[in-house]
Amino acid sequence: MSKAVKIKRGVDIKLVGEAEKVLVDAPRPKTVAIKPTDFEGIKPKVVVKPGNEVKAGTVLMYDKNHEAVKFTSPVSGEVVEVKRGEKRKLLEIIVLADQETKYEDFGAADPASLDAKQIKEKICASGLWPFIKQRPYDVIANPNDEPKSIFISAFDSAPLAPDNDFILHGEDKLFQKGVDALAKLTKGKIHLTVNGAAKADEVFLNAKNVVRHEVSGPHPAGNVGLHIHNFDPINTGETVWVVKPQDVLAIGRLFESGKFDARRIIALAGAQVKDPKYYRTILGASTKELFEQHTSSDNTRYISGSVLTGTKIDQEGYLGFYDYQLTAIPEGGEPQMFGWITPNPNKFSISRALPSWLQPGKKYNLTADKNGEERPFVVTEEYEKVFPFDIYPVQLLKAIMIEDIELMEELGVYEVAPEDFALCETVCTSKIPSQEIVRNGLNMLRKEMS
Amino acid sequence: MSNPIYKFLEEKVKPNFEEGGKLEKFYPAYDALETFMFVPGHTTPKVGSHIRDGIDMKRTMIMVVLAMIPALLFGIWNTGYQHFLALGEISTFWENVGYGALKVLPIVVVSYAAGLAVEFIFAIINKHQVNEGFLVSGMLIPLCLPVEIPLWMVAVATIFAVVIGKEVFGGTGMNILNVALTARAFLFFAYPTWMSGDKVWIGGGTDEAVAMADGSTGATLLAQATEKSSGFVNAAGAEYGNTFMDAFLGFIPGSIGETSVLAILIGAAILLITGIGSWKIMLSAVLGGYVMGLIFNAFAVNPFMEVPAHEHLVFGGFAFGVVFMATDPVTASQTGTGKYIYGFLIGLLAIMIRVFNPAYPEGVMLAILFMNVMAPLIDHYVIRANVNRRKKRTATVAA
Repeated sequence: MSKAVKIKRGVDIKLVGEAEKVLVDAPRPKTVAIKPTDFEGIKPKVVVKPGNEVKAGTVLMYDKNHEAVKFTSPVSGEVVEVKRGEKRKLLEIIVLADQETKYEDFGAADPASLDAKQIKEKICASGLWPFIKQRPYDVIANPNDEPKSIFISAFDSAPLAPDNDFILHGEDKLFQKGVDALAKLTKGKIHLTVNGAAKADEVFLNAKNVVRHEVSGPHPAGNVGLHIHNFDPINTGETVWVVKPQDVLAIGRLFESGKFDARRIIALAGAQVKDPKYYRTILGASTKELFEQHTSSDNTRYISGSVLTGTKIDQEGYLGFYDYQLTAIPEGGEPQMFGWITPNPNKFSISRALPSWLQPGKKYNLTADKNGEERPFVVTEEYEKVFPFDIYPVQLLKAIMIEDIELMEELGVYEVAPEDFALCETVCTSKIPSQEIVRNGLNMLRKEMS
Repeated sequence: MSNPIYKFLEEKVKPNFEEGGKLEKFYPAYDALETFMFVPGHTTPKVGSHIRDGIDMKRTMIMVVLAMIPALLFGIWNTGYQHFLALGEISTFWENVGYGALKVLPIVVVSYAAGLAVEFIFAIINKHQVNEGFLVSGMLIPLCLPVEIPLWMVAVATIFAVVIGKEVFGGTGMNILNVALTARAFLFFAYPTWMSGDKVWIGGGTDEAVAMADGSTGATLLAQATEKSSGFVNAAGAEYGNTFMDAFLGFIPGSIGETSVLAILIGAAILLITGIGSWKIMLSAVLGGYVMGLIFNAFAVNPFMEVPAHEHLVFGGFAFGVVFMATDPVTASQTGTGKYIYGFLIGLLAIMIRVFNPAYPEGVMLAILFMNVMAPLIDHYVIRANVNRRKKRTATVAA
């Protein structure tokens, strides 16, 4: 049943500052935070106050819409701040980390001996449930659902993305345990997609209880949405769950040791990073120590996540819940005289109106500049070049903009997530924020359907 | 930023246009000029893609304008050449260019001035930014007009096209009809005597003071083709040595920018290399035109139907329309499959209208405008096919 797919439409934007395959310990973060803003569509209810002592795995907040979905502390220590923004919007729950982590005990167990309900309960109680996301809507999965299948993308094809083959090497046992636990949650299959262009690590090749697929080609080859689209497409009313490889590992560790072990290996990459490499750190870790020591602070954009889908954070920010890399690129922001006609050999473009196409293989040092102003849609068949779905991207975006739900459904809105539009947004001549449009469209649809 | 001009603009000029400034209302006008000189240093938002492609709307539009420059330059020269040819005088290259420039450049200036004035007024009223779209329309309009067109007509047609053809729909990106063709169609139906006949195509042809030499004619090849299928004559009344070659190179009377297929092909090359013009539309339109020409040849009952199919492609505005107007992304089909259909039908209809209705020898204009209207319909069916594919998948799953 395993399939191999080669995609043509897409683009690899090569950037300087790729992480060297060297793994070191990051300085132990002084503080760790859970950011409710990382979770789309939840209604957070905080259950701790500053001064409370917590262990790793102690509940910090839960989702009022689904009380079973809990968010727990990645470390032990003292809650020091519950940060709110405008309109009291919850921004961060910050925990001052102990030197030695103390863990809540959720009890080790063999997933094979548990049923789906027990597995769900354990994952929910420990705060690991938010690692399981669902399509459609690209939100945390509903524990009451049963998905038709579960997808794990073994590779990330975004620029400067961390290499899971390197990160998960040697973790066969724990990964398998995580997969076994997940397998109980669906009557369908677990689809594990590896990069067809390179030999995947044993951890993925030896994994049992999964259907393995191969996808090769340029980014977004690694996007799980593309895999679902090709191997088990979502039709109206269906649900598919997705989990990232490192989080499968965390689930594996939960069943192995009974702890919420929030360790995570991240890539620190980007042109502003002096010595890009891989770091052992922890979910929600403060980025201050890493950024201060390893990046040039001069006009730098700090990103939790990749340059295509990440979130801009402060130097003293926190690693996002769903982020496996920290990126630092030049901020830019300089107006350019007659910038619309200068050749700009140092800017990337998929259009041949800039000399980028004459320099294949060139690694760019790109800034966060927009390189132009926002305009209505004019150029056509531009998104199609980087959007390897059998979906009309611009027409779908327009359907979302006019809030025509029926048309959105017809055009395939259930199959896409904002990240699938990241390249469209990147290459857009009109600088249209497609990821935001898709996000709003999905939120609107979800509200309408509930 | 260290650039002294930018500093001057920001510190001395901009405050006058900002809130509370004397010229607050004219901010869109200032903004248009500043962003023309400096691509603003806007950076990407907090969430979303943090790096962006180097291309923007200004560069895209300027590329199209650049692609039209060869046709413009040739048009200037040819205007002088046709003028002296009709007079029966021998002229030098620079005399041709000098005469042509005096005739053509005012039309270009009036077109840009009138169109941009409308754009700025609408931007100020609606408080939005001035859009780049007119940069292209402003050049297309003069190139598709006869050289003898009075300047006031150029202004009126441009204003009509920008207001009724574009701004009422919401500006660049929202229009249904190609703006330049709207201007041309407006003139064609409002002032037909200035848009056809055998006087308007030759510089000085309508000026009674310019005595035309005996036997000279300003009729375009298309006008001549209504009566004969070969033996076309030039402005001096002499038969072309090689009609196809002369028409390909452009030594014939016609609208300012449309005569030289060679110059247009240079523009087409620029559009195709940069990827800004759709090869799907260009290719399928040429195919459509050629196929229609062959069909006519096969069933020829009058001289026009006998004109060889390949000559149809170099006569009149066919090449110009196909390269620069049919490819307008806003008014063309937006889907890949749709573009093939759209282009093919433009080619087909252009030759059909041209031959079947000699009152409208410029079939390409009407063909493109008609297909502009039909493009959303084509896209609709292409997209329905995609939707049905998805529905069928659901049905298979359910079964």
